[in-house]
Amino acid sequence: MGREKGRMKSTKHSDGYDDQGISREGDDADHSVHASPSSKSDQARLFTSNEDWMSALYRRHLARSRKTAWAVRSTQGLLLILFFGLWEAAGRNRWIDVLLFSYPSKLLDQLWRTLLDGSLLPHTGVTVMETAVGFVLGTLLGTAIAALLWWFPFVSRVSDPYLVVLNSMPKVALGPLFIVGFGPGLMAIVATTLSVTVIITTLSIYNRFREVDAGYVKVVRLFGGTRWQTFRHVILPDSFATIVATLKVNVGLAWVGVIVGEFLTSKSGLGYLIIYGFQVFNFTIVLSSLLVIAVVATVMYQIVAALEHRLTRRRRER
Amino acid sequence: MKPLLELRGVIHVYVGDQGANLAVEGLDLSISRGQFISLVGPSGCGKTTVLSLLAGLLLPAKGEVLIDGETIRRPSAKIGYMLQQDYLFPWRSILDNATIGLELSGRKTAEGIAYVRSLLHELGLGEAESRMPYELSGGMRQRVALARTLATEPEVLLLDEPFSSLDLQIKLQLEDLVWKTLRSLGKTAVLVTHDLAEAAAMSDTVIVLARNPGRILTRFDMPEEMRAALPTEARRHPSFQHMYDLIWEKLESGHGKGEGADEIDKA
Repeated sequence: MGREKGRMKSTKHSDGYDDQGISREGDDADHSVHASPSSKSDQARLFTSNEDWMSALYRRHLARSRKTAWAVRSTQGLLLILFFGLWEAAGRNRWIDVLLFSYPSKLLDQLWRTLLDGSLLPHTGVTVMETAVGFVLGTLLGTAIAALLWWFPFVSRVSDPYLVVLNSMPKVALGPLFIVGFGPGLMAIVATTLSVTVIITTLSIYNRFREVDAGYVKVVRLFGGTRWQTFRHVILPDSFATIVATLKVNVGLAWVGVIVGEFLTSKSGLGYLIIYGFQVFNFTIVLSSLLVIAVVATVMYQIVAALEHRLTRRRRER
Repeated sequence: MKPLLELRGVIHVYVGDQGANLAVEGLDLSISRGQFISLVGPSGCGKTTVLSLLAGLLLPAKGEVLIDGETIRRPSAKIGYMLQQDYLFPWRSILDNATIGLELSGRKTAEGIAYVRSLLHELGLGEAESRMPYELSGGMRQRVALARTLATEPEVLLLDEPFSSLDLQIKLQLEDLVWKTLRSLGKTAVLVTHDLAEAAAMSDTVIVLARNPGRILTRFDMPEEMRAALPTEARRHPSFQHMYDLIWEKLESGHGKGEGADEIDKA
């Protein structure tokens, strides 16, 4: 309650501030609230009763949205419990083939053991590292190529059909080529990951570059700005939000590249664990690795999303 | 007196995939220092083309465009251009927007910033300098755009319908402000507008253009008293309506003459 009051007060305060700062300049002054002080006490009474009524409306709105939020959360929790509970029951009672599907307590046991014997974390670390390198490098490289295409329209026109073909191709199919080219190991995995992320990054950022309003470019040209200045002062900052959003998309894509890369050639990593578990027909390893991937990928995505939120906060207020 | 701006036999042709289009033809015009000129005419008469030629954004296919006797080949600091929309960079504060011209030409010195601050202050934006563009109203934003244009201290200001996107009341206020500011700084100005009243109220000379191809039809010099008055006062001047009617008639006659009414606008 106290907090709500405080919030209402602060909103009002900032409105008052706006009145002072902007309306005094004489443009869009809206003085209707302060108008005609015919009977000051009347006005004051009206104002307080209005305020009470409005804060009641606001409280009701808050209560309703809290209720909805709680309903959503509890349904989500229930579904999760139901899923794992059913799985556990189905496994223990042999309703499903345990060899293939395992069950949650076995997965947790597996994870706990590997965590203690120190084999789980190195695998996770390798995969996380490869993924991070993949999505950061992929975004940077894609942005750099997009800048190149923007800078040289001729290059852009020439490369257009090639980019279309490359983009349509399932890039992971190039995996064997990377292994042959870079030798089995980290380089081949990163290359596979980049092949997944770079092309789509290039295309979407280059498209964003071209959508920059010609008026902004004209402003820079009129001041005698160079092409580099146009890029630095208009194209890049105007596309910034898209570049950061692409970083987020690339987190997901990088996981595809890394896991496939590890399937193909690796002695470590979560992708390797999955393939290994599959080969020895131990699906507890496969599924527990999947569980780790789900958790780690979510955490990584949330971190990047929070980063995006921070970086674009000032612009979103538009 | 030697003219500051000069167009000599200027012809401009737009060449595209559809073919070559004659945009303006046989333009001869000289504008002396401190003058306020308006260009009016139907759409497709090449108003904006003339402005782009003066700004050095376009090079004439034939003829010469001169400032101070020198051919204009590219945009220069001598010429400022105010666009139809403010085009303030949303990621820069008001002060940073106003100083962008100085920054681009490597002149963002303490002195330059102080000058921009004083400009903002004169334009009634003194307290807004650390705000972001989205916090400002349309009229304020257009004033920031004016400060941005004046920041590099150009001799000539090209105004490309800078008031057309504003509400009437703010537009009138801004007309006065721009007029006063340019007058006090002794700037030369070329205004492109489709609003005849605005042209008559603000300028010393109104030039009427005809279209297909764009060419100068005639010029009207405003009476001395109207020139000296603020635009809002000029609008109330006894001869205002008369001048307005003259320009209107000329525009109408030029419009109907020699070209089919159903001809497509080549904007």
